[in-house]
Amino acid sequence: MRISSFFYTLRQGFRNLFRNKLFTLASIATIGACLFLFGLFYAIVTNFEHIVRTAEEGVSVWVFFDEGLEDIRIQQIGDMIAKRPEVSDINFVSAEEAWEGFKEEYLGEYGDGFTENPLENSANYQVYLNDVSMQTALVTYLESVDGVRQVNRSELAATTLTGVNALIAYVSVGIIVILLAVSIFLISNTVTIGISVRKEEINIMKYIGATDFFVRSPFVVEGMLIGLIGAAIPLGFIYTLYNIVLSYVMERFSMLSSLLSFVTVEEVFHVLVPVSLGLGVGIGFLGSFTTVRKHLRV
Amino acid sequence: MATKKRKKSTAADKEIITLTNVCKAYSTGAPALKDVNLHISRGEFVFIVGDSGSGKSTLIKLLLRELTITSGYINVMGYDLSKIKHRKIPKFRRNLGIVFQDFRLLKDRNVYDNVAFAQRIIQKSNKEIKKNVPSILAIVGLAGKYKAKPKQLSGGEQQRVALARALINQPTILLADEPTGNLDPKNSWEIMKLLEQINENGTTVIVVTHNREIVNAMQKRVVTLKRGVIVSDEEKGGYIDED
Repeated sequence: MRISSFFYTLRQGFRNLFRNKLFTLASIATIGACLFLFGLFYAIVTNFEHIVRTAEEGVSVWVFFDEGLEDIRIQQIGDMIAKRPEVSDINFVSAEEAWEGFKEEYLGEYGDGFTENPLENSANYQVYLNDVSMQTALVTYLESVDGVRQVNRSELAATTLTGVNALIAYVSVGIIVILLAVSIFLISNTVTIGISVRKEEINIMKYIGATDFFVRSPFVVEGMLIGLIGAAIPLGFIYTLYNIVLSYVMERFSMLSSLLSFVTVEEVFHVLVPVSLGLGVGIGFLGSFTTVRKHLRV
Repeated sequence: MATKKRKKSTAADKEIITLTNVCKAYSTGAPALKDVNLHISRGEFVFIVGDSGSGKSTLIKLLLRELTITSGYINVMGYDLSKIKHRKIPKFRRNLGIVFQDFRLLKDRNVYDNVAFAQRIIQKSNKEIKKNVPSILAIVGLAGKYKAKPKQLSGGEQQRVALARALINQPTILLADEPTGNLDPKNSWEIMKLLEQINENGTTVIVVTHNREIVNAMQKRVVTLKRGVIVSDEEKGGYIDED
């Protein structure tokens, strides 16, 4: 392809946007609406996941040792646990630390009356997991380790979080599939209407001897531009909306801030921008490419 | 427009369009063409006449390779159109100029762009386009209207733009499908004179028409179709009435 033909194709793609303004606006609105819903949904899901992940990070397993177990064996057990792939962090809590923590949390100044440590056998490892669904497997392993007396865990927290995680995954996939299907259907319809108006133009090009590539290229450039604009506009809306909603929630429900931590707009957009623009351009490309193709057999 | 040099050739070489026992049937209804045999030589001027439904448009569509034949053999400029691959059709059509009754101009582009468009398709450089378009517009008498949009032109002027577009790539064959169908007698004659001039410069011209007056006056070869069959093929012929 000559350079002049390449630039001609690009120029025609740009001009096509203005030749049929109604079609351009309808297409941008369709893609924009679908990607707005997609972006909104992505932001919500990302925050849900973030909250669940934060909650997961707080779920731990406590490992207690046989009475009188040597320090060297405790150290060995600690090393073995730390090497497990599902373990994200491990902390040793000595009997003294356990008692201090208990006193502070439940007894306050009344704890000073104790002369001996009632939790003398309560030195433990506090083990954090990077995936709560692995908790049962880890507990089974820990219970089989020589020198381990008891393993405590929160079954309810683990199963609840695992369930929530699975639910979010299923709902995400379901909604994304529905959104994409609706987008493709709407865009295909919009492009079909737009192209049928220009069917005559395509026919003329073909009669004169234009190749399929030459006929299709301006339409594809146009489709990709529409996709790009259709993706950029909702991104702008979501950016503004997200910041407004976030500051509103933090301000209005400040007591939630200690329980719930939200993802920053930058983190959301780090993924959302390339994905949305890619989807917009991709949908525009596919929509125009396949629809023009139907009219090329002249 | 550059004139074409006509090379010395044998009789077989001179034959530029060959239809042998061509039949075309649509999936619905009666066959549009039945056992058509037609031979047109390089540089000829041929009228294809006949009433509505006689098969004229089908014949043009076959020559353009917009349709494929049902049976028989069709060869245009050395291309066997029953076997030509889809990707080779553009190259084949670049040697054809086509003019329609309804002009078929790109309405959103001006005269210059409509004509330049045909050159862009064959990937001519901007420099060549800038040189060729004004020169072809001068030939069809529209040098001063290159900025006008089609709707700002009369029917005759629009047909001249269509002619300029058809001629700018110096086609071997010019197909004109009812070129005067939407024109008044004065403009019709002017277009026919242009076509005659183009033919004199070496281009094979095939004109499908209903215009009895023009056919009778011009004294060219006339092929008459009736219900899909060639009923007459005369050198310096005239329009044969249906009855």
